[in-house]
Amino acid sequence: MSIMKDSREATMVGRRSDGTLIRRPLSPHLQVYDMLQMTSALSISHRITGVIWVAGVLVMTWWLVAAAAGPSAFGAVQWFLGSFLGILLLMGVTAAAWFHTLAGIRHLAWDAGWGFDIPTTYKTGRAVLIGTAVLTALTWLALLISW
Amino acid sequence: MATFTLPKNSKITEGKRHPAPSGAKNVKSFKIYRWDPDSGENPRTDTFEIDLDQCGPMVLDALIKIKNEVDSTLTFRRSCREGICGSCSMNIDGLNTLACLKPIEDVTGDVKIHPLPHMPVVKDLVPDLSQIYAQLRSIEPWLKSDTPPPPDAERLQSKEERAKLDGLWECILCFCCTTACPSYWWNGDRYLGPAVLLQAYRWIADSRDDHTGERLDALEDPFKLYRCHTIMNCARTCPKGLNPAQAIGEIKQLLATRGG
Repeated sequence: MSIMKDSREATMVGRRSDGTLIRRPLSPHLQVYDMLQMTSALSISHRITGVIWVAGVLVMTWWLVAAAAGPSAFGAVQWFLGSFLGILLLMGVTAAAWFHTLAGIRHLAWDAGWGFDIPTTYKTGRAVLIGTAVLTALTWLALLISW
Repeated sequence: MATFTLPKNSKITEGKRHPAPSGAKNVKSFKIYRWDPDSGENPRTDTFEIDLDQCGPMVLDALIKIKNEVDSTLTFRRSCREGICGSCSMNIDGLNTLACLKPIEDVTGDVKIHPLPHMPVVKDLVPDLSQIYAQLRSIEPWLKSDTPPPPDAERLQSKEERAKLDGLWECILCFCCTTACPSYWWNGDRYLGPAVLLQAYRWIADSRDDHTGERLDALEDPFKLYRCHTIMNCARTCPKGLNPAQAIGEIKQLLATRGG
């Protein structure tokens, strides 16, 4: 006998009309649910942007390690990050970082007991999306001016 | 565990098509999830074309019409047809709601109907709710008082105390919220889910209940309570306009601020 890992397994077994056992199907979830609604879409985006941000920090570590390693290693990293693909990557990390920061503030507000009603949830959700676009654009504008 | 795809026996196949009667002018297609334990086949999607000129306004009216006139084997729960019994909860057009409160005209295109998501299917649109009922029982949803009620009188509350129960007592236990929660989909074996946690808070917030501390102790658990990540699908989908996410937030705040 194998050990049941999930107690819900017990309810996955049903009976036919003649009394014999049959394994029940699991009703569809991601396949049918509207996952693009503001609530769940921003929630999963918060997680994904968190992971992207960590990956971005690893890129920064790579850059610092290369700077310590010497001019040729540093030059290679600089070349990559300055290339079209590198700039695109850095812009993506910037957007992810801003999104994660703003959505994180939204989560802090919830934790403090504010903003649970659905109209407010949608308003703050839109604010996070617009804020991410605006702040990412401003960040890169500032970068390009001071370059 | 999070499994994003359906098991092999749960994949949905194309089913039968029942065309509208000839002469019908106002036709709408209802695509309905079907599974019959006796067939041994995978679930399928049947298409029923309904003449809306000969049908009531709500999705439940269409389901009853189909059962009466087209296919009597179509299986679903229903009772009050006015949003108070909570029986006809199902996934309609991508969101969980009560079929009796969902106007057909609110759905653009075909009306897609599935059972409540990520649940074992008993037959067609009927899910097995025994796991959620067991979880509801586990939070002991009844008044626990250490003192007997006053003789020949009710336990009284002030207006403010009573007002704390508003937005909680209205829950009809349809479990639209619990089965809309991705966290419950992945961790429903141990996470209690929004409906049960709202019920838990309903008794925590009750001034007549003397066991608030014990109730909070029982919830202080990484899975039972803290699998709630404030996704907010629960509040978005509740057909009664309640806010389970807020109730869960209140529990978290009480746990965070109570003296240790």
